[in-house]
Amino acid sequence: MPTGKAAGTRCSGSNLSHSPSIIRRLSVIGPWVLVLPASLALLLLLVLPVAGTLMESFGNPKGIWENYRLFFSSSYNRAVLIRSFWIALQATAVSLVAGFFGAYMIANSRPGLKRVLLIVSVFPLLTGVVVRSFSWMAILGRNGIVNTALIQLGLIDQPLSLLFTQGAVIVGLAYLFTPLMILSLVGVLETIEDDLYLAAESLGASPFGVFRQVTLPLAVPGMIVGSVLVFTGSLATFVTPRLLGGEPQMTLATLLYQKAMISFDWEAANTIAAIMMAVTILCVFLMGWLVRRATSARVAQ
Amino acid sequence: MNRRKLHPLMQLAGWLVMLFLIGPVVIVLGTSVSDTTYLAFPPKGLTLRWFENVFAQDSFLSTFAISMQVAAGGTLLALVLGLAAAYALARYRTTIPAWYGSVFFLPFFIPEIVFGFSLLKTLIVLFELPVMPSLILGHAILCLPYMVRVIGASLASFDFSIKEAAVSLGMHPVRAFWTIVLPNIRSGMIAGVVLAFITSLNDMAVALFLTGPGISTLPIEVFTYVEQFFDPTVSAVSVLLMAVTTIVMILIERSLGLSKTIK
Repeated sequence: MPTGKAAGTRCSGSNLSHSPSIIRRLSVIGPWVLVLPASLALLLLLVLPVAGTLMESFGNPKGIWENYRLFFSSSYNRAVLIRSFWIALQATAVSLVAGFFGAYMIANSRPGLKRVLLIVSVFPLLTGVVVRSFSWMAILGRNGIVNTALIQLGLIDQPLSLLFTQGAVIVGLAYLFTPLMILSLVGVLETIEDDLYLAAESLGASPFGVFRQVTLPLAVPGMIVGSVLVFTGSLATFVTPRLLGGEPQMTLATLLYQKAMISFDWEAANTIAAIMMAVTILCVFLMGWLVRRATSARVAQ
Repeated sequence: MNRRKLHPLMQLAGWLVMLFLIGPVVIVLGTSVSDTTYLAFPPKGLTLRWFENVFAQDSFLSTFAISMQVAAGGTLLALVLGLAAAYALARYRTTIPAWYGSVFFLPFFIPEIVFGFSLLKTLIVLFELPVMPSLILGHAILCLPYMVRVIGASLASFDFSIKEAAVSLGMHPVRAFWTIVLPNIRSGMIAGVVLAFITSLNDMAVALFLTGPGISTLPIEVFTYVEQFFDPTVSAVSVLLMAVTTIVMILIERSLGLSKTIK
């Protein structure tokens, strides 16, 4: 590896007229000078502000857990918390299934079609959250395609109110995050060796057996990563629950916004933010642990 | 490349997923040309008046201008910070430990809405910074991970001995960086800039907290409009935004190949 060998000798060229000790010191400090601006920006604009929010959530003069006690003592807040988890979990399940089938087809398509399908899957990811949530308002609204179709088929007389339901939020979130799931799975599914399939088939496995015993287990690491992305993303998304769920489907994200910007109850907002952070960090660690376990289990086999 | 013949049911499921992903886009397209005051699909009649209405709304035009400025500023800042960091990480592997590279992915692990709220308290309330610079700083942080990752991937395949050769032949290191390293990682830089620009242009979470009554970004304006009016104007805005995204995607696809960019 030429880069490794050359590293650290940057300033030793003969065209520099410094004394060797300064050069040696420069070649150690130099790299850090280059990463310093970005590191400082992260520290000042991300780490410290977020740490401040976490600290303030413990800053109630009546005791460090007082804000949390206040938050959890409200049955409304508890319902919001449980609803947020439940919605995120269902959205994750939907995108896991949809993402798997999508990724499986992409991974097994011929190169030309594969490119088109990848573009189709990634395209929604590049349009905004507002546009993507709005499109489901157009689908599920009173004059939307679902109601129009049902009325024309004679199944219903009056349009159903599909918006502002939990189902609407779940579909909207699944739509938001299925592309991410597909991206996490395509790579994993592409790398499964054909020999494995052939071996399983020659040993008498049925197509379903091959799928269940070869494809699924090997896709597990990608499924874990994708699921954590979708779950934490669903929990933190504001626009979709607000537009598709409204007041009746309040989630942690929409409640955080309401407390921070409408009722100016920053203590509650800090507490909600801290809870969201804690859940996200927990999920990321859980993901790391599960992926390691899944990979080591495969090695053991 | 290992391709398997798909079971017809798997094939069907795959196509249904593709329909799920592209259907809403088609429906928004359809409703945007419908000659009705509500969202109708399939469209009833054909009109471009909703597109006219977009350009008649001063608020959409002015917030679009702000969004572009914020995206330009945030992307540029993230490019400078990210390029320096990615270069140091790729070039000085013996000095900077490998784990340090993951520090720059921190923004991925913090819920954006928590980040936005925390920035509001720090930049706007504590330091009394105006909205515009606050937005640029916030978006630079959102874009930084993309820059470090995409430029880093580009640098990983760059042979630094080319630059060493130039320096040992007497070229100034800074000049060698400009004339030898930068042209070689151009594609990575373009991809990073495009990803960052799209991220900034689409951001809701940070702008939601940092924008105020006087100054707003396009996504916020569209969001506020959707909450008040439910007419095909938003479809038209969405179509215009999608058109911008599509053009950008075609440009990346032409110059780099999409599959390389997203992996």
